[in-house]
Parts: sequence; structure tokens; C-alpha cells
Amino acid sequence: MESVIRIEGLFKAYETAAGPVPALKGIDLAIAPGEFVAVMGPSGSGKSTFMNILGCLDVPTIGKYVLNGRDVGTLNSDQLARLRNEVIGFVFQGFNLLQRATLEDNVALPLVYSNVQKPERSARANEMLEKVGLAKYSASFPNQISGGQQQRVAIARALVNRPKLILADEPTGNLDTKTSGEIMNVFRGLNETEGITIVLVTHEPDIATYAKRLVKFVDGKLIYDGEVSEAHT
Amino acid sequence: MIAQMLIEAWRAMGANRLRTFLTMLGMVIGVGAVVLMLAIGQGAQYSVDQSISSMGSNLFIILSGSSTSGGLRMGAGATPTLTVGDAQAISELSNISAVAPAAPGTAQVVYGSNNWSTQVFGTTPAYLAVRDWNVAAGYAFTDSDVRSATRVALLGKTVANNLFGDEDPVNKTIRIKQSPYLVVGVLAVKGQSLDGRDQDDSILIPVTTAQRKLFGTQFQGTVRFIMAQGISAQAMPAAERDMTELLRQRHHVQEGAESDFTVRNLTALANTAAQATRVMSVMLGAIASISLLVGGIGIMNIMLVSVTERTREIGIRIAIGARQRDILTQFLMEAIFISVSGCTIGIVLGVGGAVIVNQTAEIAVVITGSSIVMAFMVAACVGIFFGFYPARKAARLKPIDALRYQ
Repeated sequence: MESVIRIEGLFKAYETAAGPVPALKGIDLAIAPGEFVAVMGPSGSGKSTFMNILGCLDVPTIGKYVLNGRDVGTLNSDQLARLRNEVIGFVFQGFNLLQRATLEDNVALPLVYSNVQKPERSARANEMLEKVGLAKYSASFPNQISGGQQQRVAIARALVNRPKLILADEPTGNLDTKTSGEIMNVFRGLNETEGITIVLVTHEPDIATYAKRLVKFVDGKLIYDGEVSEAHT
Repeated sequence: MIAQMLIEAWRAMGANRLRTFLTMLGMVIGVGAVVLMLAIGQGAQYSVDQSISSMGSNLFIILSGSSTSGGLRMGAGATPTLTVGDAQAISELSNISAVAPAAPGTAQVVYGSNNWSTQVFGTTPAYLAVRDWNVAAGYAFTDSDVRSATRVALLGKTVANNLFGDEDPVNKTIRIKQSPYLVVGVLAVKGQSLDGRDQDDSILIPVTTAQRKLFGTQFQGTVRFIMAQGISAQAMPAAERDMTELLRQRHHVQEGAESDFTVRNLTALANTAAQATRVMSVMLGAIASISLLVGGIGIMNIMLVSVTERTREIGIRIAIGARQRDILTQFLMEAIFISVSGCTIGIVLGVGGAVIVNQTAEIAVVITGSSIVMAFMVAACVGIFFGFYPARKAARLKPIDALRYQ
């Protein structure tokens, strides 16, 4: 089966005043549909850079990245935007909801950018809110609900355009242990029942155990790729 | 999509009401000032145009010249050198369509228990043609009245009102300096002249009557001035030359000597006045436009602040699939929203201000649809122009930088 993500010989360097600083030094990786991958590594290991490139928010300096069968390096900014909109769902550590918009409008926002009409937007947003157990809050605002609930709204937003891939960057970083477990169960459910591919960045070993596969970065290189096990988290 | 963006623009504006209000205020003042100044400028222009058209078109005034006796120089008109005969001769020139001599004076007029001091013009029926003046009631006196120097009078509206009130003056007899005159007609309202005199505060009588019976003069048959109308605007210079030549001949002025009369092109003078008003009107508009510009800069300033403040929001939007042009449109829409709302309020205040100026200062104001449409278009353009740079800045943010922004 065609990989959702295929990365070959990926290098990334940032230009600084002191010359280019490498962040990723030759990564090869393929992720098949339906995988649940945890990405770990100390800070500065390049895992954030890696996630930005996976999310089409940044481009590789050298190397090839094929997402859902399309070579990202050949796409222009509008095509990248479309890819982010239709193929990827983002979940961030800081939830990143729009404070001035209702939960329904927050969840429906990706649909605005794919030109879905208002009635359908509303229906699909409410359907997603229901899926994460927040249907009755659709007219509330983000600051009226708890952090765990906000992260569920963010997940609903990530799901609303039926993406192939969910990229979660430290999604439990701002949550307590109990809520973190609930959120991770939501991810696990999505992965198991709907077969959505999930790539999760975390630095907490017990969060990583929700995933099926673990990749570890150190100093811009992939040092481990395999089963999630005590020894490697 | 556009509807959604308008809603979001509305939300963004609502999020910081005071700031939105202050930004809008710049626009309100700018547009209000432009609308008000255009109204006043056009009003002034309208008054001047009105006075000019009330004066009559292609008009000359010929004044008798100055004289010097024993080293004492008298002013223009001191020597009555112009005659009814001169007027007659001028009327035969091909460039001149109508000519009227004028022998003016001031007299006390009485009707019943009312009396009024006014200007009495001795002239001919041609005066009405020269001045484009109509008779509102009754009839004008005729050339035969002029020949036989009958005591008839045409009243200006102001005089009629002061002497007669609501009564119909036609065929009534008034007294001018004790002598009875029959009122044959009342003139149509003419309004103010360029120098602000009430043109309706006057009485017209036959020139012969004025000379022989009312004012008398030591020089028989002379008049104070002659008014002449050229046949067209193009013919004015030729007409002026022809009249000057004719009168020099008739007055036996030596070659090279100074004329004993002055020909003035009143229409040219009036047009100069109109020109000055137009310049003033444009200047008022230009000064007001500066405040519009300042308002626009205010919008740009606030939009830049807003883009910086909302960097993270922009990052989120980009991450979930907004294209550059979506972000650009969103911020542009906000800028236009602010400028157009400000503009609408500004137009209302400007028009309101113009009405207040009109009523308290009794200055003519003219509000045209085109000036409002123009103010509106300019405001929309200001919104687009000053909103574009901040919007583009927002659209060009790098998604990772924007998302990381605290």
C-alpha cells in the first residue's frame, strides 16, 4: 500500500548570522496508512522541525517528502494550503482555538477555507463536536470550557475535513495526567476505529505508549524506529 | 466565504470597541470635513453663479470719464459726457444686441402711509433685456413712455413689499419726491448682486422722466452710465473695441488723448469672481482631504498593530488551510469595513453640519449626490490603500513563525 508519508534523504538547515545550522541531517522514513507513530527526542533534537515539515508548514533544504502521493517540494503555496486543509489535521499543545469564535465556528473554520457552504459547515462541525462529547457547548466560547475540553474541540477541528493524517504536537503538554489519558484515548479510538494515521510528538514516555510505533530523534538524526517499549522511551 | 469574512471582520472590530471607534473617528472626521467643505464651497459657487446670471450675460458698463478742472481731478462719472444719443448710437453696432442708458438717483417714495427710500433708475425698456429681467406683474413701460417722459414706474420686489405689503401695486399711484407716478408693473425677484446689494430694492422709470422731471441735471440729456449687452461671449473683445472707437469719434477725442469714458466688461469681472470662488472651493476640499488622509494613516497604523497582535491567529488559520489570499482578503475586509463605516457616519455628520451651517450662518450650501458618492469612493479607496500593506504583511507571515509567536 502507498505510504501516507514517505521521506527520503531529508536535510534541513536554518540560515543564521553565523552560517547555516543543521536541524535535520538525513532522515528516511515511511509511514503507512493507519499507523500511530510517537515521535520523541530531547529538545533541539529536530523533532519540531520534522513535524513542521510533515505539516507542510516548512520545506526541506534537501530531500524528498511525499505526502499522500504528492511530492510536497513541487507544490506552490496555494497547493500547500490545500494539502494542509484537506489531508492534515493539526492538534497543538496550546489548543490554538480562536478566542472570539464559538466552538462551532472554531471547528468549522477549516471548512470555510475549502468553500463548504454554511449549512453543511454547521452540520459537520456539530457532528464532530458530538464525536468528542461536546455537542452541547457548540455556542460557547473557548474561555468558557476547560483545557481538556478545549483540546477536544481542537481535535474536532482537526477531524472536520476528514483528514488522512493527524499531526499532534505535544497535545497533552498543557493538561493534567487524567485529562491527558482521556485525550489519548480519543486519539487511540480514532486510530483504531477509523484508521486515521496519527503522528504524535511527545516527551512523556507514558503518552508515547498509546502509540504503536516509536521514532526517536537525537541531534537531527533518527536513532530508533520500532516498537514502543519501556527500553526506548 | 465573503459573508463569513464579513462576520469575522465584525467580530474582530467588536473585540476592541474603543480602538475600532477611535480608528473610525479619523475616517468620520475626514469624510465629514470633506462633505461639509464641498457643501460650503459648492454653495459659495452656487451663490456667485446665481448673482452672475442675475446680472445678465455678456454685459458691458460704460461710465462717463473723469475730468480735471483747475488741477482738481474728479472721479469717474464726474463729468456727464454720456448721452441717450450715445446709447442710441451704440445700439446700432453689429456686436451689440441691447443697450440701455441709466440715470440713477436716490429718492423717497410714498404710498399711503408707507414710505421707503430707494434707488430710482431712469432708463429705457431695453434695460430689462440687458439685465435679463422679467416683469412679474403688470407691464413694462414702453419706448413711447420714454419719448413722452410719462410718470410711470416699474417697482422692484423689495420696494413693492415695503410700500404695498400684500396689496397689488399694479395701477396704483405712488409718489416719488411728491410727484405722482403710476405703477405699471412689478419686476421679478433678482436677488443679491455680486457685491451683496439687494437688486430688488429699486424702481425703474423712463430715462427722460428721470432727467427732466425727477432729478434734473445741468447737462441736458446726459446719463450716468450706459449698459450694453454683447451678442455673444466671443464677440465681447470686438464689441468693446467698436464701442470705444464709436464713442471716441462721437466725443471728438483727439488721437492719442485719454478717453472721456470707461468701458468695462462686467461679465469678465464676474467670471474672475467665479474663478476665485472655484479656487476657494477646491482649496477647502483639498484641506479637508488631508484629514481624510490622516484618517487613512490611522487605519493603517491600527491594522499593523492588529496584525502583530493576531500573529498567532494568522498562524492557526494558515495551519488549517488558509491561503495567502484568504488572509489578505480578511484583513483588507476589516480595513474597508472600518473606513466604509466611518465614511457612512462621516457623511451623515457632514450633511448635518452643512444643514446647521446653512441655518445658523445663513450661508448657502449645496450637497450633491456626486460629492457624497465621491467621498464614499475615496473612503473605500483609502481603506484599500492603507489596509493593503498590513494585510499583505499578515498574508506573508511564515506559518511556523506565526504559530510560535507568543
